[in-house]
Amino acid sequence: MSLLEIKNLKMDFGKGAGALRAIDDVSFTIDAGETVCLVGESGCGKSVTALSIGKLVPMPPANYVGGEVRLNGRDVLTMSSRQLREIRGGVVSYIFQEPGASLNPVFRIGNQIKESLKLHRPGKATDAEVVRLLKLVGIPAPESRLRNYPFEMSGGMQQRVMIAMALASEPKLLVADEPTTALDVTIQAQILDLLRDLKQRLGMAILLITHNLGIVGDMADRVAVMYAGQIVELAPAKELLRRPLHPYTKALMDSVPKLHGDKDRLSAIPGNVPRIGNFPKGCRFFPRCPSARLGCESTMPELVEIEPNRWVRSLYAKDLK
Amino acid sequence: METASPIPVVEAKTPLSPWRLFWQRLRRRRVAMMGGGILVVLYSVALFAGFIAPYHYEHLDTKYSFHPPLWPQLKGFHLVAPRYEESTNEVFNYRVVPDDTKPVHFFVHGDRYKLFGLFPASIHLFGTGDDRYPVYLLGADQFGRDVFSRMLYGSQISLSIGIAGILISFVLGMIVGGISGYFGGFTDTAIMRMCELIMSIPGLYLIISLRNTFPPGLSSAQVYAMIIVILSFISWASMARVIRGMTLSLREQQFVLAARAAGATPLRVIARHILPNTFSYVIVAATLSVPYYILGEVVLSFLGVGIQEPSASWGNMLTAAQNTEYLRHYPWLLAPGAAIFVTVLAFNFLGDGLRDAADTKSL
Repeated sequence: MSLLEIKNLKMDFGKGAGALRAIDDVSFTIDAGETVCLVGESGCGKSVTALSIGKLVPMPPANYVGGEVRLNGRDVLTMSSRQLREIRGGVVSYIFQEPGASLNPVFRIGNQIKESLKLHRPGKATDAEVVRLLKLVGIPAPESRLRNYPFEMSGGMQQRVMIAMALASEPKLLVADEPTTALDVTIQAQILDLLRDLKQRLGMAILLITHNLGIVGDMADRVAVMYAGQIVELAPAKELLRRPLHPYTKALMDSVPKLHGDKDRLSAIPGNVPRIGNFPKGCRFFPRCPSARLGCESTMPELVEIEPNRWVRSLYAKDLK
Repeated sequence: METASPIPVVEAKTPLSPWRLFWQRLRRRRVAMMGGGILVVLYSVALFAGFIAPYHYEHLDTKYSFHPPLWPQLKGFHLVAPRYEESTNEVFNYRVVPDDTKPVHFFVHGDRYKLFGLFPASIHLFGTGDDRYPVYLLGADQFGRDVFSRMLYGSQISLSIGIAGILISFVLGMIVGGISGYFGGFTDTAIMRMCELIMSIPGLYLIISLRNTFPPGLSSAQVYAMIIVILSFISWASMARVIRGMTLSLREQQFVLAARAAGATPLRVIARHILPNTFSYVIVAATLSVPYYILGEVVLSFLGVGIQEPSASWGNMLTAAQNTEYLRHYPWLLAPGAAIFVTVLAFNFLGDGLRDAADTKSL
């Protein structure tokens, strides 16, 4: 049994005629100790998928219409609010994109970490434990940092504090929602190193959300590529990077700037992500797809396993190999 | 060998906490500090009213009705109180009796009182110790009671009503506003319509009709509690509305999502993460609305439904000044009005300064 098992998850924003499908038939799994990357352009449903693991999307407007999110074998979507509070932090912890905004500006960081401890390990809510956690995430002189306010720290430090808070409850799964997007490149590398190191030491699984394919090769065991609320390709990270199958994945990889490229212009995917509620009837990528054919505009492809462990959502999946 | 470093070593300053910054900015505002200073004096005087006042608030001497203000004079190295005598042909017309004085002593025995309402005592800061030579700094009222002493005792009621009222209405307003804003939907609508209902009724009518829901003939302590409850009941609604608005924007902040993701209960999120972020506003608003409670007590007592005689409050002392005849001849009866004026002004000065200091965009 996998640690996390998302099966045919469907979520709307709103109800009835005005409902907009934000997550459409998303399925993937994360095993204990595994790192899975969720990749895609902005607005493709990565974050709401991740927030659904703790049922954290505000309801309303969110409305789950189908599927299940099994965490440790129990369906999160049917849990009571008390059970939800136990798994939030207890099983799955989150870190977010803007570390500065994720910390409460009016509290010292020591107290914020302690609060996280109080919620899940009340016996351990001590200064000593907070210092241990701060040391764990590589903050120098943790004893004196306890009494700092968030605004007295740099972005990288703040993100380390956020990670310490997330780890305080000893989760089995850490969801990192673009943890390095707001940081500069050197700090980004440090934070990713830290995450990789912590994962090995603590043996937790990581769901890493990013739109940076460069991170994927470094971090991920497996990758799920999302487009317009659907997973279009799911594959082991190395194979996906070496040989992307879905036209969207190919296009994404082509738009990564290369150091030794001989191109004058950066390549970009033509057009825009279709707006939610305004998706094409058939394949959602076909208006921008370089290899679109007849039938793509009218028939919605299924996510099929075309090779062992390689899943692709395309009508012409067989031809893509 | 030691070599001097070419680069001067600058000691790194530890950044100041938000409260220290706030205090630094506040200290630079003279008017606000002055207001704060006046309030500190007023409140400490109220705390030690029994000791500073030469008489107990019930101490009356009908021989000295409408006795004019009397200030001790310096005679040699002693302060002495002159004696006034009522002229025989005219009532309430006092004249100084020449060469009849009594030295004013400090720490004299006088009326019994309870310091802080707990410790029985009878030492007063000053006095003559002789009832035939009264010291009426601000004159006497129609029953021959010392206006100054009564003003000090009255300040205990008038000044504490503001603080108690603020505490009740702001705590209520913050909790209700926080819940309303955080949960939204039907809860929000229901609470906000209720607030609007309360706010739409003219304040004074509401005060008087609420007063009538309490039985007449309450003791002073009961009336005191009643006034606080009435005034808080009216004013929590506007506080709740503002806090609700701030909560609406704060609940979209990422640290609220982070707290929810860590498994915090809604009430914990509201109490620990949302409301503390409204404190800088709340402190300012509280300071600026204390005068409302002081004036509210004045209105109720002025209308004769507040603090009852013989207890003293600034409001019921002013009731005596309703009579224009009295006012023309005995203007010192207006002294509590001056005290109210000074207090309200001091609160407003302090509140303005707090607002500027809390605004990080100003210098």
